[in-house]
Amino acid sequence: MIAFENVAYNYGGGELLSDMSLRLAPGSFHFLTGPSGSGKSTFLKLCYAELKPTAGHVTLFDREVRTLARDDVAQMRRRIGVVHQDCQFLDHLPLAANVTLPLTVSDREVSPEDVGDLLGWVGLRHLADALPPQLSGGERQRAAVARAVIIGPDVILADEPTGNLDWELSLRLLKLLVELNRMGKTIVVATHDMNLIRQTKSQVAARVLRIQNRRIQLAGADL
Amino acid sequence: MTRFFTLLLHGDRHADRVVPPTGHTAWLTSFTAGAMTFLAVFALALSLASGRMADRWSDALARTATVRISAPADQLDFQTRAVLDVLATTPGVESARAMTDEEQRKLLEPWFGPDLPVDALPIPRLVELTEASDGYDSEGLRQRLAAEAPGAVLDDHTRWRRPLATAAGRLRLLGLASILLIGVTMAAMITLAANASLAANAQVIQVLRLVGARDTYIVRAFVRRFTFRALAGSAAGALAAMIGVALLPSADAAGGFLTGLGFTGWGWLLPLALPLLAALVAFFATRTAAFQKLKELP
Repeated sequence: MIAFENVAYNYGGGELLSDMSLRLAPGSFHFLTGPSGSGKSTFLKLCYAELKPTAGHVTLFDREVRTLARDDVAQMRRRIGVVHQDCQFLDHLPLAANVTLPLTVSDREVSPEDVGDLLGWVGLRHLADALPPQLSGGERQRAAVARAVIIGPDVILADEPTGNLDWELSLRLLKLLVELNRMGKTIVVATHDMNLIRQTKSQVAARVLRIQNRRIQLAGADL
Repeated sequence: MTRFFTLLLHGDRHADRVVPPTGHTAWLTSFTAGAMTFLAVFALALSLASGRMADRWSDALARTATVRISAPADQLDFQTRAVLDVLATTPGVESARAMTDEEQRKLLEPWFGPDLPVDALPIPRLVELTEASDGYDSEGLRQRLAAEAPGAVLDDHTRWRRPLATAAGRLRLLGLASILLIGVTMAAMITLAANASLAANAQVIQVLRLVGARDTYIVRAFVRRFTFRALAGSAAGALAAMIGVALLPSADAAGGFLTGLGFTGWGWLLPLALPLLAALVAFFATRTAAFQKLKELP
């Protein structure tokens, strides 16, 4: 689904990631950990072709990222839902329009009933007409999950999705991601919250990947 | 491209909404299009008027000529008859007649007043000729006149008609070049406004790319907005300029060159094409700017 082969990434001020090789299997659940600035966000950006590797090969759905034209990248992103820590909404559009954005930009029909059901799933049905700045941090994160899944992606990437949330809201959000994984979606969650990882591992078979010294390692026993 | 135009004309409610309204670029685009179209209408009026003037001068002067006879008083009538005989037998000359004293007095009246004693002054006699459609051989006629009437000089107006027609033709070209320059300036201004709008909406574009929007979708949202802003501004500018042209002094009041500085008949429809041209300019300027800007983004 997503494969890295000897991948390196250099921002220009030295190598941030180097010699990374891994394969994200369909239906798997991965946590990505590592200290701040270790390259978790960069790893995720490589996963949805926001960045291209400076060395090695990233393959998305059996296609090498470097060979993708801009329209191909857009097409790939319709198969990858991304949840950012800052959510990245269009502040002038109501919540429902923001959540349905992946459908509208791909000229697909938007069913108001389906949108209502989806917002109900994340507990935001009553806020469909609210503007993003009117939402709390937890509401925004859940809305971001709704937007990430509305188009039925194969992979969901979440970058510090619980960074601004309290413990209870964090667990609620992780529960949503676990539910999605049970529906067959591949999930990658970047977080440095070890308690959250332990809590989630009790519900789902998750692999923990750690970025340390520019390389990715499979973690486990030390958690 | 066809689908692009179809969506542009029919609209795309969602694409229109994803870009937030941006006040200053909207105002700048509409104002630029309006002001440029206003100037373009006057340049068009100038160009059309110059064209009409060039044609009128050419038509009026091309088919007439004058033979001036300067001779001693006792030979004037003889040479006049000789000139008329020569002209009557010259192929390409449709008609010829000697101007009367009264007509010559009227010609000189603006300079010497109404009481000019034409009989008492050694004024040359003028013979006016009209050429047939196939024209005459002016050099041959000159030689025949020199042989039959030594005091006769043929003036076929070429000497002063040509610079006038050339000037009017160049004025017409200048008008057209002005329209072209105005169009290019408008394209440059709209490109700047589109770039400003794209830069101001970098975050919006990033979100759209993130959720899988193709470049054409993003470009469409911007292009449609700028095209219609330009169309509206240009239509207002064209209307204002047409009213301005209609209010120019009439022929009776002003006279001269200004009398022709307007539109006649179907010519009034030409300024209406300018808003469509402005919309086209805006369409391509915004489209090019947007695609170029998007290429800079990952």
